[in-house]
Amino acid sequence: MADVRLPGTLTPLFPGLPRRVEVEAATVLAAIDSLETKWPGLRDRIVEEGPAIRRHLHVYVDGERAGLDTPVEERSRLDVIAAISGG
Amino acid sequence: MPKTLLTVATRKGAFIFESEDRRDWKMRGPFCEGWPVYHAIYDATTGEIYAAAASEWHGSAVWRSKDLGETWEHSSEGLAYGDGDGRKISKVSTLARAGDRLLVGVEAPGIFESRDNGETWSLLSTLSGQHGSEAWDDPANQPPGHLGISGFVTEPDDSDAFFAIVQGIGAFETEDGGSSWTPRNSGLRRDWPSDWEDVGFCVHKLVRSADPQRMYQQNHVGVHRSDDAGQSWTEITEGLPGDFGFAAAAHPHDRDTFYVAPVDGLHDRTMHEGKLTVWRTRDAGSSWQPMRTGLPQENAYLGVLRQGMTSDRHDQPGVYFGTSTGQVFASADEGESWTEVASYLPAISSVDVAILD
Repeated sequence: MADVRLPGTLTPLFPGLPRRVEVEAATVLAAIDSLETKWPGLRDRIVEEGPAIRRHLHVYVDGERAGLDTPVEERSRLDVIAAISGG
Repeated sequence: MPKTLLTVATRKGAFIFESEDRRDWKMRGPFCEGWPVYHAIYDATTGEIYAAAASEWHGSAVWRSKDLGETWEHSSEGLAYGDGDGRKISKVSTLARAGDRLLVGVEAPGIFESRDNGETWSLLSTLSGQHGSEAWDDPANQPPGHLGISGFVTEPDDSDAFFAIVQGIGAFETEDGGSSWTPRNSGLRRDWPSDWEDVGFCVHKLVRSADPQRMYQQNHVGVHRSDDAGQSWTEITEGLPGDFGFAAAAHPHDRDTFYVAPVDGLHDRTMHEGKLTVWRTRDAGSSWQPMRTGLPQENAYLGVLRQGMTSDRHDQPGVYFGTSTGQVFASADEGESWTEVASYLPAISSVDVAILD
């Protein structure tokens, strides 16, 4: 199971969504789609038309910058980070 | 007196104000998790509040409250051009009820509809085929500030007939639910070249008066009136301090009374001479009177955006507006005098009013 860490901006949008979730997935997109099945609408909050990761979010797999098709291993850590922006 | 409800959209969430007498107001909020909200409305058909919002991090969604703001949910299901389209939705800009359709206008320009009160969405029209649409449909051709659908004029009980504004292009009318469109810009002024006679106008705000034949608009270059339901326009700017502005509101009972809030049209786009002023005509634009009582008359360098002013439907109507610096002002006497309802909100995108019977 991959260990998914979500940003604090995301969890208030979906009742019951924790900051850390474990999912079974082969890629970043599959991991997000897995979360979508439990929290409908979550995919749209991370993925835009393209599909592509939204411009002000970054995803890392085991510390390396990742795209939607980046492989996820059984014991991977997947971080979704909200960019430091706004004001 | 029945309760009056103001729904205010700001750069940091939505706020709700309620009053029994239009003088003492109670505020609730912020809602929508502090997302930038571009337009929020109370929908009398369902009794629900809808808010068009777009987070820099998490994209666009329409928020919905079924209990006057106590609880909220959000959806963007179907609110996308699709992975192969090339266009992206950078913002949901404006909302309106048209019969059983809930409409949302987006950037890049397109109209999405919901037939289930905001749970799911589908693309209704991009106004493709209209003069200029090749340019506004080209993702590479979006100017700074973007182009989008910036406003609607609808009838709450008619699903098929409504107007939509394409920013910088003009107003269009459909009578068949968006299958076909007719430009409604005849007689408008423009101070720039255009490849077409019927489009290339910068309509900021379009409103219908108490008489469906009588419409008004605040344009990039002038205030205009139509006496034939938008088919032709006559400029009525003379008497105002300038021709530029965004906000406009019609009197709900008198077709000849109309309000605008002109701002300097150059770079600052703030109130002329720093005097916060709403201008009112009682004679369909033949003359204008400044409505200033209770409004700051010095050092008020602020603006009012296109959805930022509205009027209620009381026998003696109230007029309301929100500013770029976070104040909400209310008048319970048709603009004769004003009170400051809120002073320190985030920059305000829209103010909507409803009477709850």
